[in-house]
Amino acid sequence: MSNVTDIKKLEDAFEAKIAAGITIEPKDWMPEKYRKQLIRMMSQHAHSEVVGMLPEGNWITRAPSLSRKVCLLAKVQDEAGHGLYIYSATETLGADRVELLNQFLNGSAKYSSIFNYPTLNWADMGAIGWLVDGAAIVNQTALAKCSYGPYARAMLRICKEENFHHKQGYQILANMMNGSDAQKKMAQDAVNRFWWPSLMMFGPSDTNSPNSADLMRWKVKLYSNDDLRQRFIDRTVPQAEAIGIKLPDEKLNYNTQKRSYDWGEINWDEFNAVISGNGPCNQQRMKQRKDAHQNGQWVREAAQAYASKKSKLQAA
Amino acid sequence: MTDTQWDLWEVFTQKKPGAPFEHAGSVRASDKEIALQNARDVYSRRNEATCLWVVKSDQIVSSSPEDLGSFFEPANDKVYRHPNFYKTPEGIKQI
Repeated sequence: MSNVTDIKKLEDAFEAKIAAGITIEPKDWMPEKYRKQLIRMMSQHAHSEVVGMLPEGNWITRAPSLSRKVCLLAKVQDEAGHGLYIYSATETLGADRVELLNQFLNGSAKYSSIFNYPTLNWADMGAIGWLVDGAAIVNQTALAKCSYGPYARAMLRICKEENFHHKQGYQILANMMNGSDAQKKMAQDAVNRFWWPSLMMFGPSDTNSPNSADLMRWKVKLYSNDDLRQRFIDRTVPQAEAIGIKLPDEKLNYNTQKRSYDWGEINWDEFNAVISGNGPCNQQRMKQRKDAHQNGQWVREAAQAYASKKSKLQAA
Repeated sequence: MTDTQWDLWEVFTQKKPGAPFEHAGSVRASDKEIALQNARDVYSRRNEATCLWVVKSDQIVSSSPEDLGSFFEPANDKVYRHPNFYKTPEGIKQI
């Protein structure tokens, strides 16, 4: 049998598994393109979790109370954990951790555009938890059913934890909307700034999403970007109304026929500018990330040196 | 010294005493103590585990999925390993 027919047989078996809803595990045969797309997607996701610590980390020392501070700290710690789950899941595909980090640090790997927006005041912690984590939950709940086992399992774990982030953020805004006029204004301002970037988190529109077709066929993605975006909008609008927040979209209107909200248009020029490196904070985030990596180098080396010394002593 | 991300360790968690250990994921660590601490911080921030195992990933031996047929085949034709292979006279209970 020739090599070509061998591969064809493997591909057919793989596609049949996907069609039957059987998850793909690390040692299973998979098409190179499936592996590559997953490594790209999962490493970007992991990088996003790590960069995601920066906008919120900015407010840990300035949280308005000790209780708010421990909550925010726990949330940011979760994001670090999420980055680690996904990095290790990515490694099961044969990706090298050092190489993934290098791609991140030299700017050749992307991360979610949302983290290139600044966090100007405490209300932004509310907007991020409610909107950014809310959007992430919609995305990640879908990914928890994806065809690659380690990714799906990491997503399940992450979704459970994101629920606390989501409620934590909503509570911050709800409290502010119950407060003084100045606090209400601050909360509204934060939502005005984060609403559209949150909708951009779902990625380009289906008509303009280069990788979507393959990813959907392989059940890495189960729903289109636009479907997930709509799902997020539909569940978020009533939450906004309940606390008196106005979402900054004049066209937002409940469509009784389709039982879903009509809404305006994303500014795709802004989206493209931010993902290509020209958002408000791209440079600052990359610098912080590089500094953190460099400043941690001595710790990694010291721990390694300690471990080698100890194992030599034990061998002697 | 080139950059290091330490060794890869697989993490197994036990949800409650007496329960089986389940694979949770992996961590990077320079030695076994740090592997345990990292495993706790990554996989049990909400009391998900009462006990943890960490094993260096390169020490795990696994059967390969391609062997699914031949490796597990010996069990396929041994229906007599299951109780429903055996027939008992009608009316017999608790057997």
